[in-house]
Amino acid sequence: MSMQQDLAPTTGDEVIQNYTINFGPQHPAAHGVLRLVMELDGEIVERLDPHIGLLHRGTEKLIEYKTYLQALPYFDRLDYASPMAMEHSYVLAVEKLLDLEVPIRAQYLRVLFAELTRIKNHTLNIAHHIIDVGAMTPPLWLYEIREDCMAFYERASGARMHAAWFRPGGVHQDVPLKLLTDIAEWLDDRMPRLFEDAMSLVVDNRIFKQRNVDIAIVSKEDAIKWGFSGPMIRGAGIPWDIRKSQPYDVYAKMDFDIPVGTRGDCYDRFMVRVEEVRQSVRIMKQCLQQMPEGPVCSDDRKVSPPKRAEMKQSMEALIHHFKLYTEGFKVPAGSVYVATESPKGEFGVYLVSDGTNKPYRCKIRPTAFSHLQAMDFMSRGHMLADTTAILGALDIVFGECDR
Amino acid sequence: MSHSAPLIHTPDGTIAAITKALGANLVSIEEANGEVAVHIHRDSLVECMIKLRDECAYQQLMEMAGVDWPDRDPRFEVVYCLLSLTKNHRIRVHLATNEDHPVPSVTGIWPVAGWLEREVFDMYGVLFSGNSDLRRILTDYGFSGHPQRKDFPLSGYVELRYSEEEKRVKYEPVQLAQDFRNFDFLSPWEGADYVLPGDEKTGEGPAAPAGADKTANKEAVKRTARKPKATGDKA
Repeated sequence: MSMQQDLAPTTGDEVIQNYTINFGPQHPAAHGVLRLVMELDGEIVERLDPHIGLLHRGTEKLIEYKTYLQALPYFDRLDYASPMAMEHSYVLAVEKLLDLEVPIRAQYLRVLFAELTRIKNHTLNIAHHIIDVGAMTPPLWLYEIREDCMAFYERASGARMHAAWFRPGGVHQDVPLKLLTDIAEWLDDRMPRLFEDAMSLVVDNRIFKQRNVDIAIVSKEDAIKWGFSGPMIRGAGIPWDIRKSQPYDVYAKMDFDIPVGTRGDCYDRFMVRVEEVRQSVRIMKQCLQQMPEGPVCSDDRKVSPPKRAEMKQSMEALIHHFKLYTEGFKVPAGSVYVATESPKGEFGVYLVSDGTNKPYRCKIRPTAFSHLQAMDFMSRGHMLADTTAILGALDIVFGECDR
Repeated sequence: MSHSAPLIHTPDGTIAAITKALGANLVSIEEANGEVAVHIHRDSLVECMIKLRDECAYQQLMEMAGVDWPDRDPRFEVVYCLLSLTKNHRIRVHLATNEDHPVPSVTGIWPVAGWLEREVFDMYGVLFSGNSDLRRILTDYGFSGHPQRKDFPLSGYVELRYSEEEKRVKYEPVQLAQDFRNFDFLSPWEGADYVLPGDEKTGEGPAAPAGADKTANKEAVKRTARKPKATGDKA
């Protein structure tokens, strides 16, 4: 009896305990299968523990059992919002170990489609960020752009999402001229119209700003300490872009600007992505203007397979084709870490070769890993509803985070 | 250099500067494939990392990777990929360890190492002393084993299904309807490590290494007998 009296709350002397809630793993705003264990004080987030790995498929282990070429499609399935950007790191890593020269047209095609992928990824992320904070119309318009991108993917590679189009030594097939002219027309008219229309609804919107400005401010020091990259580090005000500072393929010939944020909040990260879409359009236009004619895959017969027509005529071509699709090509022993600027940040591949036809170790550096880890300190002191805005501005895809 | 991978220019004197900064803690330093790899002693890791960050300006830890080398002693290699934003340069720091000797944690220098170390622990069983939150990260709750080790089978040991009778999720030993097939396509004339089928009958096959004595050859025969069926690991 007396115990009950002790526990009973009295006016002015309430003891409120923190409580823990479970966000996800099946939640529309979790961008996939993320489980957040949140400790709340009222509606204020005190501590946040992301549980990841619910989409772990053992990609790195599987790659060790595949030849270099067979390992490539796994990269499409990592960040399924930007497949070709994932392939890009991997093919560059293999080419670096082989020291393989890529024809100039293939380099242009890769940059063109890497930037198309950036648009594809950013429209998805921007749309989801907007939807997470409550708007509905802009996402529907942005999905139009994404749909166009996937149609271009299909016309180049035959697949809407999992392209497997970049290959060590170049790209799998050349694109028809009509595709390039259609992309040029799309960049001139439809794409900016749809995008600017959608953005005009959001960027100066009062409600959108209330939900994003001054939420989860990340200082430059924190961004460095927590291993940020991509729009996250640029949103914090550090002008770091691997395309500019460590250019690969033909990025050195491209003229584009790097947007940076001023405050390091969710709104800045969002706006960095919006501006990057416009810069991607610029890069793609330059690619289309400068792209020369020529081969689209390396002529190294020990790495790139022969054309089908050639195989009907040449015995050597037939043998090479057979050997490349059974044994595959061998990569000299050594190790490289190759990181490219994927739409989400630094996507790296640490590739160890033991001189055989299979990678000895292929460590994938996901962008989401370091960003999601930082979510704990970014969310502290913010309201529960802000976590969706923070998560939206992180740009997370679990295929890549969990591998 | 003919490849088109990200261009990393190693400034003159980088290797000398790192050698000077690390002093006796350095095991070796080399430049291969255009990348600088620094090998250090396990126990001096934190000291070296602070020097690399503060004196050599490698501000960011971008990535940590474990590598399993079953034939080496110590068995595991832990690789840290560092990035200098100011010098626009990358280096890799390598160290060797085994499952008994923990690696000092660098979470005090870079908080991002927390999850990266958790992943290496999860995948390889390498311990990190000083990491206050060394839980598994990618594998399932209650998982046992370290899946990235070379002796861990690709299929794993348990599989998961929903049991309609028991109305719950059940773990059962892996049962493959068909043997796991892992074909060895390496050309037998260039580097494959087994005796060609049929060669074992000659006693001293042409594929056997020169000077191989009888016991070695017997072993080779044993391996051949196993090889064509499946090298797959069955649980």
